[in-house]
Amino acid sequence: MKRSAGSILEFKVFNMDGFLEQLLVGVSTGGVYAIMALALVMIYSATHHINFAQGEMAMFSTFIAWQLIQFGIPYWFAFVLTIAISFVISCVIEVAVIRPLTHRPVLSVVVVFIGLLVIFNSLAGLLFGYTIKEFPSPFSNLEWLSISLLTPHQLGALLVTFALVVLLFLFFRFTTLGLTLRAAAQNPRSAELAGIDSGRMLLVGWGLAGAIGAIAGMMVAPVVFLDPNMMSGILLYAFAGALIGGIDNPVGAVAGGFIVGVMENLLGTYVVGTELKLTVALVIIVGVLIFKPEGLWGRRIVARV
Amino acid sequence: MEELLDIKGLDAAYGRVKILRDISLQVRRGGVTALLGANGAGKTTCLRAICQMMVTTTGSIHFEGVAIRGWRTARIARRGIGHVPDGRGTFLSLTTEENLKLGAQANPSRSAMSSDIERIYEYFPRLHERRRQQAGTMSGGEQQMLAIGRALMGRPKLLLLDEPSFGLAPMVVRDIFTILRRLNTEERLSILLVEQNAKLALEMSEQAYLMETGSIVLSGKSSDLANNETIRRVYLGV
Repeated sequence: MKRSAGSILEFKVFNMDGFLEQLLVGVSTGGVYAIMALALVMIYSATHHINFAQGEMAMFSTFIAWQLIQFGIPYWFAFVLTIAISFVISCVIEVAVIRPLTHRPVLSVVVVFIGLLVIFNSLAGLLFGYTIKEFPSPFSNLEWLSISLLTPHQLGALLVTFALVVLLFLFFRFTTLGLTLRAAAQNPRSAELAGIDSGRMLLVGWGLAGAIGAIAGMMVAPVVFLDPNMMSGILLYAFAGALIGGIDNPVGAVAGGFIVGVMENLLGTYVVGTELKLTVALVIIVGVLIFKPEGLWGRRIVARV
Repeated sequence: MEELLDIKGLDAAYGRVKILRDISLQVRRGGVTALLGANGAGKTTCLRAICQMMVTTTGSIHFEGVAIRGWRTARIARRGIGHVPDGRGTFLSLTTEENLKLGAQANPSRSAMSSDIERIYEYFPRLHERRRQQAGTMSGGEQQMLAIGRALMGRPKLLLLDEPSFGLAPMVVRDIFTILRRLNTEERLSILLVEQNAKLALEMSEQAYLMETGSIVLSGKSSDLANNETIRRVYLGV
């Protein structure tokens, strides 16, 4: 990591360069949290369930990408292929495991999500082993991408995040499929009356969440290295981000992801230390749930009794 | 005249709770049929049963001679039954225009969507003024117009209306019913109308059915029912 040459103020608190660097690194990791938060929101807004297995599914997708690259497939081709495969896997899970639980109590669904989490974790260990693997970055040798405070990969991952958010926005805002997806998530019964197959929309929603998670996994793996437990902490940060933004609001979730990334880095560096970083996420989760359950930009739902 | 909708021996239940017993009901092509009854008589459930929404059913439902009972709700909608549900079913965070576009999903050809939207705006000029507005921020009357407009976007042959007058000012109700009459005469749209306001419903319809606790207890020409002693006393208050 670069520090400004010859600076006398090497201690942390008043080093402006160091602060900026931590801020930007926070923004960069926040991008990954933002993508994962989007995947969570995608499923939550349609089903009102938090997919606790989302992180492990993303990790598994990243292993698929790793395997494809090991086979000698060029990075970007493997990238696209992985997204497609993850879409399909996620759809299969929806049909085979989640759909049969449609009218079951919340607790049953939660247990199934935890089951999926464990299954994907063990499956990855079984198929690919528990040793930590290096995952390539497509940006690492692009010198022009490097600005003084961020590595080329951090900047590249940030660009991917922005591109994804913009694409998703355009998709949901301007395409018919996007509109029907929003409608089915918001009011499945009315959607059915309008001739929209809500079940199919749910399937597409799951597929999209899986595909989005895969992108998050592939972007974070070069930083944290690939192993079956790679995503467990990241999912917590993403969950905190989604909660801050309002769990039913995609734009809020993206903003929340960035906020958590920055807070985690700055608090980790200057206040609580690296060891307690994950605690920041947990404090945020508990804090939001107690003091502002609807998040900063979410809708407060008042149930009529 | 030919029957457009023909229901025979229909039972319907929410889970194990049986609501409808042995309903038989017809809607003629191009006609308006009213379904009357007090709160909780099963009128809304009857409309839901036709669309297979939230209920399980036994019996027979024929639409244009095709047995549709047991079909998925979305498929029934695409077959030509527009349902303006209880509570209007508006997509509250979407705009008027987005709501109308969604309605077009029930039109299998999905062609001429923009000219269909223009046609809805001709019937309901208020919706044109509000076309970029979030539906949830509109008045009750505007939302009811939007709900009807959304159902019309699917180019239905039969329109099921669940209490279109509910919670609306008398002036607004009059406007909406004027437009419904126009749709019936100008476009030969058949209507099955559920209404608590029995006077309004009997004026608007040719055929009427009276429901009590999940069964049909009286049926006939609307003009005859309007003169029926029980109906006059209990439902018309005269």
